[in-house]
Amino acid sequence: MAPDTNVPALEVHDLTVAFDRKPVLWNIDLVIPQGKIVGIIGPNGAGKSTLIKAVMGILPLSSGYTKLFDLPLNDVRGRISYVPQRESVDWDFPASVMDVVLMGRYSKLGLFKRPRKADRDAALDCLRKVGMEAFANRQISQLSGGQQQRTFLARALAQQADVYFMDEPFAGVDAATEKTIITLLRTMAQSGKTVIVVHHDLQSVTNYFDWVIMLNTRLIASGPTQETFTQDNLQETYGGKLTLLADVGDLIRRESFPQREKKL
Amino acid sequence: MNDFYIILTASLVASSCALLGCFLILRRMAMVGDAISHAVLPGIVLAFLFSGSRDSVTMLLGAGLIGVFTTFLIEFFHKKAKLQTDAAIGVTFTWLFAVGVVLISIFAGKVDLDQDCVLYGEIAYVPLDLIISPSGTNLGPKAIYVMGIVLVLIIVFIVAGYKELFLTTFDPAYASAIGISTSLWHYLLMSAVSVTTVSSFESVGAILVVALLIAPAATAYLLTDNFKWMLVLACAAGILASLSGYYLAVWLDGSIAGAIAALSGIIFALAMVFSPTHGLFFKKLRQVAH
Amino acid sequence: MNSLAEFFSFADPNIRYVVVGSVLLTASSAIVGTFTFLNKRSLIGDAIAHAVLPGICLGFIVAGTKNPLVLIIGAFITGWLSLIAVDFITRKTRIKEDTAIGLILSVFFGIGILMLTVIQKSGNASQSGLDHFLFGKAAALVGSDLYAFLIVAVILLVVVYILFKEFALMAFDKAYAKSIGYPVRTLELILTSLIVLAVVIGIQAVGVVLMAAILITPAAAARFWTDRIVVMVLLASAFGAFSGLAGAYISFVAPAMPTGPWIVIVISTIAFVSFFLAPKRGVLYRLVRQNNIRQTINNENVLKVMYQLGEENKNFFIPRHLDEIIRRRKYEKRALQSILRRLLHQGYVEQTGNLWSLTEEGKKKAQRVVKIHRLWELYLTTYMKIAPDHVHEDAETIEHLLTPELEAELEKQLGYAKLDPHQTKIPYQHE
Repeated sequence: MAPDTNVPALEVHDLTVAFDRKPVLWNIDLVIPQGKIVGIIGPNGAGKSTLIKAVMGILPLSSGYTKLFDLPLNDVRGRISYVPQRESVDWDFPASVMDVVLMGRYSKLGLFKRPRKADRDAALDCLRKVGMEAFANRQISQLSGGQQQRTFLARALAQQADVYFMDEPFAGVDAATEKTIITLLRTMAQSGKTVIVVHHDLQSVTNYFDWVIMLNTRLIASGPTQETFTQDNLQETYGGKLTLLADVGDLIRRESFPQREKKL
Repeated sequence: MNDFYIILTASLVASSCALLGCFLILRRMAMVGDAISHAVLPGIVLAFLFSGSRDSVTMLLGAGLIGVFTTFLIEFFHKKAKLQTDAAIGVTFTWLFAVGVVLISIFAGKVDLDQDCVLYGEIAYVPLDLIISPSGTNLGPKAIYVMGIVLVLIIVFIVAGYKELFLTTFDPAYASAIGISTSLWHYLLMSAVSVTTVSSFESVGAILVVALLIAPAATAYLLTDNFKWMLVLACAAGILASLSGYYLAVWLDGSIAGAIAALSGIIFALAMVFSPTHGLFFKKLRQVAH
Repeated sequence: MNSLAEFFSFADPNIRYVVVGSVLLTASSAIVGTFTFLNKRSLIGDAIAHAVLPGICLGFIVAGTKNPLVLIIGAFITGWLSLIAVDFITRKTRIKEDTAIGLILSVFFGIGILMLTVIQKSGNASQSGLDHFLFGKAAALVGSDLYAFLIVAVILLVVVYILFKEFALMAFDKAYAKSIGYPVRTLELILTSLIVLAVVIGIQAVGVVLMAAILITPAAAARFWTDRIVVMVLLASAFGAFSGLAGAYISFVAPAMPTGPWIVIVISTIAFVSFFLAPKRGVLYRLVRQNNIRQTINNENVLKVMYQLGEENKNFFIPRHLDEIIRRRKYEKRALQSILRRLLHQGYVEQTGNLWSLTEEGKKKAQRVVKIHRLWELYLTTYMKIAPDHVHEDAETIEHLLTPELEAELEKQLGYAKLDPHQTKIPYQHE
């Protein structure tokens, strides 16, 4: 299946996401073209991880919808991949690096089928791309932070997806790993993959990303880095919260208000 | 021969429990397992009343449903009534267990269960309940067949759903991102725990089931970093506890179930100290060496 | 009703013992349990309850008789030992806390059962009754038991009374308690000792398995009725005492019934009723509240439609036919009629024949809703850079929700703007 490269990789329409009824993302609207490395930036609690989780259907939406390649999520699940935050799993889990990377093949395998030789080869190939082939049989509890991140990345690669969502892949990794990852992302983008990255280090934004999404509960801006990553937008993204918006959010939770009234 | 029957039954129970226990402890659901093992009691009593015997499929299904109902209730109290999880677990299982005990007293004449048996079973009586073929041949104790079938079912379940169980346990967020239903596998696992608990209940009782669900799995977790080995080692730890526990009970002339639980704890303690990889003794040794 | 009168006359000393004993046990456990609950250590109580069994057996083996003091000391030792073991395993190995609790709970209990069965077969005649610890023996309490209970209950109450402030702060914010120089470790030690004490006497009423219930279920129930910790403790002990009394009564009426499980069923019922019916936190209350909100939304939407029709005709008080309203906003005729009747009852609309018109109050209310709607749309486009064609949906919700304070704040932040993003006039009250 050769994807039409003109269709946007991701389209988010009027998306609102709430925790315990309180909106943490309000009315997000954006369109991301294919083949870009996209950074999502914003202060703590701005809803960066929430945005990608909502797009992938891990969190329920209060309103709005998302489309990938102009199709609803369930039709394109096989084409999206996810790299969760490193701390989100228990690294004491009894599994080897190979076990984790093979998980990337699960969605292609389907129910009840076990990984075959070809899947192992593919997994090993992905490990090679992140410079971890020597660690294939290492237990994950013995990995360093950077190696854990590379393992997760290899798992995502093994999925052979078209869009990759990554939650803070650069957080707490060594310089070598950071370099490996960014080189890899560039190669992926060149072959037409779209990579959407939650990121918190402002220094590297212009260096790493073709496109930025600036977020603080609401969308401040989304566009090519050159035009979008401006002092004004930064000021607005990090320059304090809209207190009225926060108050209204609290009110919705306190009053147990229905998010959207039922359509009659 | 009776020794052999009892040890075999205990080992079958121990293996089923140990396999499921590995998933429970890695999912941080050990106490939910504990809750289910207590909460199936009213289900057992009611199924007993309706079907009139203790070895029917009705019993397995009925009590299995109660087990799933327990997990559902815990989640309901937690999510809808906003009760903290630990309290939701505590309130739910004590209530269902109390209902079970009261039901036993109400129908004392009709239900062949007593309170003590609920807690620590009567595995010593396993060899008495035999299956005799029409021609009169002794085919061995019924409990062995029941537990054997349960163990086979559990193994089939784990082998068939290995990928999904493994992934939803390790990284549920990634699992749902690639379209695997975490709640489906959660409830399937809980059903398996319920069925195992119910079928082991009368031979080993509520408490031993908990010990066998948790202790062997925890022991194995300290011995290996490989999940498949963990499953194997957990079974081995459970069988070892059954074997040594039986002889301890015979020697002391006490409860077999209690002795097996006690030994599963001692085996855990040994692993905690002497495990080559994670044991306190070798860790200390390595520290000193450095 | 004879049995009721006979029971509550407390003429029979046995009844007195059972009642006083059960109430003392359940009420004092509930008080200590409240702090267990607030510290989110509910399952620790369960672990201690199981772990005291080997201690009791040990006490019996040492003393050779059922000397209450020795049994309590034995129970106290293994109860404490179980906590130390859970703590040790969690700190020193990769085992997580819930696994450690379940492990210690079942293993200690297994050891207890083993010892109990060995003692039972040892032929020591005075052992009979030890198994009461498994399921409790509230119905068989005697005078000498009562003294032991009374002493323990008094200790519990006095210590909780003296250290109430400290315990409350620890449950709320341990880090802060530490920062202002509270001896947190010591206080935890004391609280844990109290739990062990409460368990040691409590299991004689309900037994080991159900002990967790009389510790935490009253607290869980009480939590739904109050946000104040003092009230919560009092309420929990009242719930506990009531269930103790009810359990004693049931075992009086039906002697074959086990008292402990009945106490637990009563307290659980109280808890379930609380979960569902308590004001503010109860499930039912929240459902009713949501229904009320839905009604308000419907009411205000109908008023809004009538206001908007009025804007078009430059006259807000023209009587309207149902179809006119339905043309603007989809309603089922029956549903719309019932909404209008509600509004009529509240004095916001008037009915003439089958035509409906706004009253002055109705117009005012509708105007406020329309104003907030348009202000919010403007807020979203100005402050959140949302396209004008994407703001309507959100405003549909907010218009029914905003408090007068937030409404004033919104007006101020937008400088009392005249026009919304669709260039429609924003109606203010004074105009």
